[in-house]
Amino acid sequence: MIFLIQQTFICTIPLLIVAMAGMFAERSGIINIALDGIMIVGAFGGALTVYLFIDKGILTEKAQLIYVIAMLISAVIGALFSLLLSFSAVKLKSDQTISGTALNLLAPALALFIIKIFFMQDKLVMPTLPGGVSLNFVLLNPDLPGFLQAFFSRAYISTYIVLGLYIVLSVLLYKTRFGLRMRSCGEHPQAADSVGINVAKMRYLGTTISGALGGLGGFIYITTSAGGTASGTVAGMGFLAIAIMIFGNWKPVGIALGSFLFGLLRCVGSSYASLDLNGDGVFLLKDLGLPMYFYNIIPYAAVLIVLMFTAGKSRAPKAEGIPYDKGQR
Amino acid sequence: MKAFFKDPLGSLRRLSQQSGFKAFLSSLICIGAGIFVGFIVLLLLSIFTEDIPVSDAFRGLLIILGGPFASGSGQDILFTIGEMLFEATPLLMTGLSVAIAFKNGLFNIGAPGQYLMGTAGSIIVALSIPANEKNGFLVWLLAIVVGTLLGMIWGLIPGFFKAFLGINEVIVCIMTNWIAANVVSWVFKDSVFVNSASGKTAYTLKTMTNHVATPKLGLDNIFRGSNIDMAIILVILIAVGLYIMMNKTTFGFELKACGSNREAARYAGMNVKRNIMLSMMIAGGLSAMGACFFYLNGNIEFAWDTYARLPDTGFNGIPVALLAGSNPIGVIFSSIFLRYIGKGGYNLAGYTMFNEYVSDLIVALIIYFAGFANFIRMMLSGRKKASVKNAPAQPAAPAEPAPPAPPAPPAPPAPPASDSSEKGGEKA
Repeated sequence: MIFLIQQTFICTIPLLIVAMAGMFAERSGIINIALDGIMIVGAFGGALTVYLFIDKGILTEKAQLIYVIAMLISAVIGALFSLLLSFSAVKLKSDQTISGTALNLLAPALALFIIKIFFMQDKLVMPTLPGGVSLNFVLLNPDLPGFLQAFFSRAYISTYIVLGLYIVLSVLLYKTRFGLRMRSCGEHPQAADSVGINVAKMRYLGTTISGALGGLGGFIYITTSAGGTASGTVAGMGFLAIAIMIFGNWKPVGIALGSFLFGLLRCVGSSYASLDLNGDGVFLLKDLGLPMYFYNIIPYAAVLIVLMFTAGKSRAPKAEGIPYDKGQR
Repeated sequence: MKAFFKDPLGSLRRLSQQSGFKAFLSSLICIGAGIFVGFIVLLLLSIFTEDIPVSDAFRGLLIILGGPFASGSGQDILFTIGEMLFEATPLLMTGLSVAIAFKNGLFNIGAPGQYLMGTAGSIIVALSIPANEKNGFLVWLLAIVVGTLLGMIWGLIPGFFKAFLGINEVIVCIMTNWIAANVVSWVFKDSVFVNSASGKTAYTLKTMTNHVATPKLGLDNIFRGSNIDMAIILVILIAVGLYIMMNKTTFGFELKACGSNREAARYAGMNVKRNIMLSMMIAGGLSAMGACFFYLNGNIEFAWDTYARLPDTGFNGIPVALLAGSNPIGVIFSSIFLRYIGKGGYNLAGYTMFNEYVSDLIVALIIYFAGFANFIRMMLSGRKKASVKNAPAQPAAPAEPAPPAPPAPPAPPAPPASDSSEKGGEKA
């Protein structure tokens, strides 16, 4: 059970933050289909930061501090990369699906191009510490009592940063003037403009926040789930996050529920063979004899089934994907 | 042609005013801009990195632009061209798949899943029915039919969700992609189709082992040693057929109408739901058929354990369609162009300090600039607008001296016109 909770956190957190990233862009009126690419770039930036710190021997004894700095850098790089999207979408009124797809192609090409030139291979693995100890940002607290262990042992500091961000961002979007203005730009930019809201600025901000969160999510994903290896892929997590965002109806609560459901099912799929819920030594799921693929399908099928029953309640921001045109009514 | 010699400037002007030509021109501008920015990246890297000589950036550009023609001897060039065309075959099909869905206003990001279903269907049929030299062709045909049908079913799922439940096709496509990846791995795991000889089990058997292979029609004699077969001719014919379907038939018109305005199409009495289902079904079938053509070549092994990775050919259908502006004829050229640049990238890795990802970089940049198509077209027609305003004056005047004079006359009437429209706006 403890193991399951720990694993669920690891599967859920990147999805949660990246789905929130997608939500911020879309509520401001920009479809950010480039999240996959932004994650890849953020992951690359974060991994490169860690590499440089260890290579130059800076702060090597404070792994958690390096992790936090790398997270910041990955967010900055994700935000910068997303400017390519917001520039073309807001300034040049481009088709956002095309620009987003272009960024999805650009990110792995750029990351792999640079990685291969400087590291002579197709991936950037975070290096080992001077003593040969492999670098791991996991927090180990084996002394805690059982229940607390589930949350604070074999956990990542990023988990709590993301949960904090989730609350802050939800409040920002729903309880502040800024959030209201941003949402109005995604629903009816002409109306927003008529009361003096700068639509272009709001859309730039929404996409930049989205890019920062996406880059952060990408880096968290590769450190917690992909062995700290930055390559030109995040296994389609960005697209999954978009799906979770649509599933969650463009709302924070829905997104949290969706990513938790998906993360839980996904981690059951990846660890069903060693899953012993009540600790009696019987591996129920393993004894069923079904192949891994069956458990892998469950989360995707579950999303489809839930969607079937909740269909019709979907409520996308009205103006998403439409370039703002002052003259239009 | 005669008219061209009589009045060359006028012909050119008329040509440049045709929308097809403008689309072509803006594509060329996108390609040029993409290659230019890619070159700048190479140049910057070579300047700021000690190991890379600056000359590599210039050589790199030439090699990339040379594509397969920079592959060395004449024999190598022919071989690489053959491979380029062979690799373009499935890409062309997935490009068509995405393009057809685009025309109907749908984003078919499910091409990888449909591609996988086609792969599995065709390989299983081709390997499970014992064939010999004589009836191999029949099995080949059956394999293509089954593979395509599976892809159509896989495309129908998002179509159904979209048409009857109103669920965004992107989310359903992504889910069905991963379901397909796992189903396909599940089907092949420990099956008789896996090539388990010599201890390696990662690949399926080649369909050649059962005498099922696409006829080569002697193409392999021209492009010696490469895998090229008659599929490339078939897919080009399919593209032409789709072009005719989209532009010359009622069904094609309905698809496009539903794509540009669903409500208006419904009001005009078109069955929007049926059209969504049909276009997704056709899109799925096209992707899957591309996979059939690729794997039924006979000489191709399929890495069956794909549960963690979707095929790139499926996703690359999106840039192919975007570059072609969703025009089926354009897809023929854009798919070959993508592989052309790709071959250039592989040559690049051999001759310079750069690597094959440069070609991906350039393609991505080209698509990024393609996003500006609206902007570029606006710029192009901005110039055109001035000449259109002059147009009424032109028939009387002797054509040539027109451009310098007229900019003045249209100016005065403009302000009142815009004024009145503004007032109208205020009233409403």
